[in-house]
Amino acid sequence: MTPTAPYPPPPLETAAQPERLRRVAIEPLSRVEGHGKVTLLLDEHDRVHQVRLHIVEFRGFEKFIQGRPYWEVPVMVQRLCGICPVSHHLAAAKAMDQIVGVQRLTPTAEKVRRLMHYGQILQSHALHFFHLASPDLLFGFDADVTRRNLVAVAQAYPEVAKKGVLLRKFGQEVIRVTAGKRVHGTGAIPGGVNKSLTPAERDQLLKDIYQTIAWSREAVQLARQLYEQDPALYDEFGRIDAHQLCLIRADGAMDLYHGGLRARSKDGQTLFDHVSYNRYWDYILEEVKPWSYMKFPFLRSLGPEAGWYRVGPLARINLCDFIPTPFADHERREFLAWAEGAAAGSTLGTHWARMIEMLHAAEVIKDLLHDPDILGDELVTRGERQERGVGVIEAPRGTLIHHYRVNEEDVVTRCNLIVSTTHNNQAMNESIRQVARRYLDGRKLTEGLLNHIEVAIRAFDPCLSCATHALGRMPLMVELIDAQGQQVDRLTRNDDLAA
Amino acid sequence: MAEGKLRIATASLAGCFGCHMSLLDIDERLFALLEKVEFDRTPLTDIKRCGPCDLGIIEGGVCNAENVEVLREFRRNCKILVAMGACAVTGGLPAQRNHLDIGECLQEVYLTEPSLLHGQVPNDPELPLPLDRVHPIHEVVKVDYFLPGCPPSADAIWKFLTDLINGRTPRLGHGLIEYD
Repeated sequence: MTPTAPYPPPPLETAAQPERLRRVAIEPLSRVEGHGKVTLLLDEHDRVHQVRLHIVEFRGFEKFIQGRPYWEVPVMVQRLCGICPVSHHLAAAKAMDQIVGVQRLTPTAEKVRRLMHYGQILQSHALHFFHLASPDLLFGFDADVTRRNLVAVAQAYPEVAKKGVLLRKFGQEVIRVTAGKRVHGTGAIPGGVNKSLTPAERDQLLKDIYQTIAWSREAVQLARQLYEQDPALYDEFGRIDAHQLCLIRADGAMDLYHGGLRARSKDGQTLFDHVSYNRYWDYILEEVKPWSYMKFPFLRSLGPEAGWYRVGPLARINLCDFIPTPFADHERREFLAWAEGAAAGSTLGTHWARMIEMLHAAEVIKDLLHDPDILGDELVTRGERQERGVGVIEAPRGTLIHHYRVNEEDVVTRCNLIVSTTHNNQAMNESIRQVARRYLDGRKLTEGLLNHIEVAIRAFDPCLSCATHALGRMPLMVELIDAQGQQVDRLTRNDDLAA
Repeated sequence: MAEGKLRIATASLAGCFGCHMSLLDIDERLFALLEKVEFDRTPLTDIKRCGPCDLGIIEGGVCNAENVEVLREFRRNCKILVAMGACAVTGGLPAQRNHLDIGECLQEVYLTEPSLLHGQVPNDPELPLPLDRVHPIHEVVKVDYFLPGCPPSADAIWKFLTDLINGRTPRLGHGLIEYD
C-alpha cells in the first residue's frame, strides 16, 4: 500500500501523469548551503505540471547521537552545520541546562551566550546577503552565469564586497572570542559557559563595533534601495501567503536567544502566544512525503493541508511588537510602513528584513560589550538532574528545536531536532511553484529562467546541510474527517520523548 | 582558463559546510586570492558541472550514489585533488552511522509505527541511493593531499593555497595541523 496524505496535493506538487512529461532538474542548487535539487515536469508545450524541492541526503543524526554522554552533545551537534554551528551549540546547551536542572543561568553565562549568538546572526546574515544572494539582486536574476557570484560583485562593486567580507569577519571574531574558534567552538556547557571575556578580548571587539554598526545601517539601505528599484518585481516574486512562527520575549520584543512561541495566521489572527516551547509538540506536527528526506511541519490546530507556515527574518520582523534596539526598530517601522505593508508579505522582502536583523545583532553586541557581566567569573550553575530537556532558539534562518532524553547513566537515549529550514519546507515549495507559474510556464526554459527558481529559494536562506543531518522524529498525527467535518478517527504516533 | 590563474573547483559532499566557511575565514585575503585564482564549480558560483581545473577541493565524505558521481567528476577534471577536513579525510561525524544499519535508521526516522498512514521511507527515484556506510574520499578516488581539521583553520588553508600558487610543495608547519 502506498500511503497517501488525506487531502488532495497542493497545485503543482504532483503531476497526474508524470510518465508523459519531460523532466528538468536544477542540480545542485548553488549559492545555498548544503545539498538539494529542484525538479520540474513539463509537457510538450512547456507547461509546468510539477515542481518539487528535494532534500536528497540522509544522515540519521538523531539515531547515532543515542548512546553518547549528554555533555558531548553541544559540541557534536555543531557538526550539523558549519554556517550556523553556534545555533545548534546553544539550542543543545539550553536543552542540557534543563537536563542538569538549571532554571536560570548566571548573568555572565547568559550574556556570553547571547554575545556568541548575536555574533552568529551577524556573520550568517552577512554571508547570506553579500556572498550568496547579492549577485542576483545587483546584476539581475538572468545575468550571465559567469557574473552571478561574489567574484563579479568584488569587481563591479568592490566596496560592497569588502564591507560584506568584513561584516562577516567581525561576527566570526565575536564567535572566536566567546567559543574559542570560529567554526565548531566549545563555549557553552550544560548549566553555563566555560569562559568569559578578558578585558583585552572585549577591547579588541569594541574597536570595530561602531564601524560594524555603521556598515550594517548601510546594508539595510542597500537592501531597501534594491527593493525600491523594482517594487513590482520585489512585491510579487515568489510571494506566498503563509502563517508565521517565532520565539518572542515576554514583553513582545524580538529576542533571538529566548522566549515563548508566537504564531499568527496569514490574515493576522493570533493562533497562540507566549506558550512555553517545552511542549512544542502540542503545537507542531510533521508529515512525510515520499519525494524528500525533509519532513513537512504544520501547525497542529490547522492540520497538514492548511497549517504550513514560515519562520525566519521576515516572520520575526512581522511578529514582534518592537525591536529593543533603536536603529533596528526604526528600520522595522520603515519596513512595515513601506507601500502600506507591501514588503512585509513579500518573499524578496526577506532580504531587507534580514539586514534589519543584522543591524539589530550589531547593536545588541555593542550593548553587551559595554556590560561588565561579560567579564565575570561565575560561569556555571547546577540544579536537580532531569530526564528530558528541550532547547529552542531563533537561529539565523528561524526557529530551531532540540529535544533530548538522557538516562540515569548520563547517556542520551532519544533525540529530536526540528531545524529552521525544515519549518520552511512547504513555504519554499509553494514559493517556487508560484515562480514557475508566473515566469516559466509555457516558455522555453533558459539557464537564466531556471535561476529564477533558485532566487526564490535563496530568499529563505535555506540551510540544507542542517536539514540533511537532522530529520526529526516528531510525534505524527493523522485525522480522518467525514463529509460533515466531524472527526471519525485519529491515529497518533506518540513519541516517548514526550512522556 | 585565464592566463596564469589557477583554476579551482570545490564541492561539499557529506559534510557540514564548515570547511567552506573556514576557507571564507581568510577574510580580506580572499581579494588577494582572487588575483591569483579563478573559480569553476563551487557552492559559491552557479557553475553546476566541474570543468578542467588545476585544483579540486573536496569537503565531506561519501554517503550516497550522487557523492560518488560528483567525486569522480572532480577526479577526472582536476590535476590535483585535496581532501579538506575531517569528513573527507576520515568520514568524520557522518560516519558515526557506520555501526548502524541504514535500513533501521530510515525506518526509525520515517516509519516507527506501522499503523501510520503517513509514515513511509522516502523512496522517490529522485532521491539518490544512500550507501550502507560513509566513506572517506580516498576509498573511492586517488587523493593528492589531505588537510586535516574540523575544520582546518583559515591560516592552514591559506598556507596550503599560497604554497601551491607559488609552485611549492604545500607544507603546513607546526601550529597549522590540528585535528579538532
